[in-house]
Parts: sequence; C-alpha cells; structure tokens
Amino acid sequence: MSLGIYKGIVKPITSGLGITYRRLKHKKVTVSYPEEMREQFPRTRWRHFLTRYESGLERCIGCSLCAGACPARCINVVAAENTDEARYSPGERYAVRYEINMIRCIFCGYCQDACPTGAIVLRKNFELADYHREDFIYTKDRLLEEYPGQSDEPYTSNRKEWAEARADEKRR
Amino acid sequence: MPKRVETVVLHDSSTPVIGDVQKGGSVVVTSLDTLLNQARANALWPLTFGLACCAIEMMSTVASRFDLSRFGSEAFRATPRQADVMIIAGRLSKKMAPVLRQIYDQMPEPKWVISMGACASSGGVYNNYAIVQGADQVVPVDVYVPGCPPSPDALIYAVLKLQDKIKRNTARNLSDLRLVEGLTGPRTLEEVEA
Repeated sequence: MSLGIYKGIVKPITSGLGITYRRLKHKKVTVSYPEEMREQFPRTRWRHFLTRYESGLERCIGCSLCAGACPARCINVVAAENTDEARYSPGERYAVRYEINMIRCIFCGYCQDACPTGAIVLRKNFELADYHREDFIYTKDRLLEEYPGQSDEPYTSNRKEWAEARADEKRR
Repeated sequence: MPKRVETVVLHDSSTPVIGDVQKGGSVVVTSLDTLLNQARANALWPLTFGLACCAIEMMSTVASRFDLSRFGSEAFRATPRQADVMIIAGRLSKKMAPVLRQIYDQMPEPKWVISMGACASSGGVYNNYAIVQGADQVVPVDVYVPGCPPSPDALIYAVLKLQDKIKRNTARNLSDLRLVEGLTGPRTLEEVEA
C-alpha cells in the first residue's frame, strides 16, 4: 500500500514539480511593454515619414509613383509646380497634398521601394491606434518631418507617459 | 419654505443636492463611476473573434512574451455573455457581418469593440464585393488598430487606449453607470465617439 502511495502520488507530484522548479530558473521572456520596449527588427515597417534633404527642402517631388505602387490604394498625392518664390523641393514639382489612409495601409513598404528620391520611408513607431476614423488620414503636416534626419532618430513614443500614468495609478 | 435635502441620494444631475462637489453629478455617482471604471478597465475580458490572420497576433498577445494578462485581459471568452470587449481580428466578410452583429448584441452592457488590423477597420487591400469596408458599418468601434497585422505591442497599445477611454468616462446620472442591462439600452453614437 505504501509503495502504491509512493508510486502513484508522491513520485508523479515531485517529478511534476521538478519541471516547475527547473522552469523557474529559466530566463523571463515577458517584455513589460509600456515601461520597456522590445527591440524591433532593423527593417520593421510602421509609421510613414516624408523626409527632407540636409538643406531642408522636401525630398518628395509629387510623382505619385508611391500611389501607383500601393496595393491598398491608400495614398493620395496632388502635385504642384515649384516657383522661385515658393520652393519646396529641388525638382520641378512638389507634393502640395500628400495623404495616407493609415487604416487602409498594410505597411508593405512598396511606396518606399517605388520612391525615386527616397522621400517616403517607413519607420518603427507602431503606436498608431486611435479612436476616430478621421484621425487616421495622415496629411502632409503629420507625415513631413520637421527637420532633416528626424525620421532616422530612434522612434519616440508616448510609452513614457503611459509608464508614468501607470506608476501614478499604482501609487494611488 | 423649500424642502431641504438632507441626504445624498442617487439622483438626476439636473437637481442640485447637498454635497454636490463634482461637476455634473452627485458625490455617490461620481465616486461610484470612478470605482466602476477602474474595475471595468482593468478586467477587460475579450471575446474570441478571430476572423483571419490577425487572430494569430491576437493569440501571441496573450502568450508569455507579451502577456496581455498584465492588463487583466487574458481571459478570452468563447461566449459573448461573459465578454466585455470584442476584438474583431481579421477581415469581415459580408456573410459574416450579421453573425458579428448578433454576437455583439448578445454581449452584456457595458461592451466595447476593438477593430484590429487594416481589413477589419477599413477593408484594407480587399476593396471588393465580399468584404465589409470597415467593421464600424456593422458595430460601433471604440479603438481602431492599423497594421497588417498589428504586432502584439500595437494591440496592447490599443487595449491601453481603450482602458484610458473607459477611465475617462464620467457618469452624470444613474443610467450612465450601466449597472443593469436592459434599463439603459444600447450606447448612443455620441458615447462611442466620446
């Protein structure tokens, strides 16, 4: 009887808990997301940016090749002529309107591949969720980087605000 | 001589009452709605509604690396009766739309909807006869998540956004608390848009 208890109950429980004990020594895999961020792969494609040259001129020349390459048809480009008084890009034309419907975009990166001047790039900021449909139409003033090289910076997110808000909540 | 109101009672916000410190509502309702919002926001049980490939990312959100249970959303329910938030993960075909609506109607109030991915939110690349161009044509959507598919981090971000929205919600009267389903009726479009 005592042998039966050992073989039937004690041994399986100890061997089972042994697995649990061995797993406890493993490295933790959870990334506590709002406080810390996992490292994104180098070619991760998320938020779009319209880049500038070092001189501050826009790279986009309004050729609409990105709109043609887009499989989801979510890009709208309206071009206009540059003049000497109002010069936005080095070429003849510039994009007076540049809109991306972020909610329809599938982040395939074809626009980035198609762009002859490297104007439209996809960077790593994935925090794009929002409440209203209208807010997902990214117009030119949201897409265009404010100064040259802004899009190449490590992406800034509002995760710090989240973390602070969560820390405040825990304190309360 | 007007009758003095001695006690704080659950009441309509249009009649002022002693102890009415918060704007718009009585003390009881405002404290109660903070409590309820915290409780609701931190235990959002999602409804399993994986329609397509986004469901794979939704599954990995619950898995150990991203661990949605840190935000109290790990309990995916297969029945709408026990779910709080419906995560529409994947393209919604026109044949599926009535089913989605019925399941949404079967969820108890208060309920929320996350539209996950480009296809559920707008149709994505599938601008054709078979796919509903945006799940908000069928159910009111609270948070849209772009991406094809959104990474688990992006979905967690959406859940946090939804929690934020729920915590912002303020009740002005008793029916705003949505304690008893059936007395209040469905959410109006203004409440979803807020």
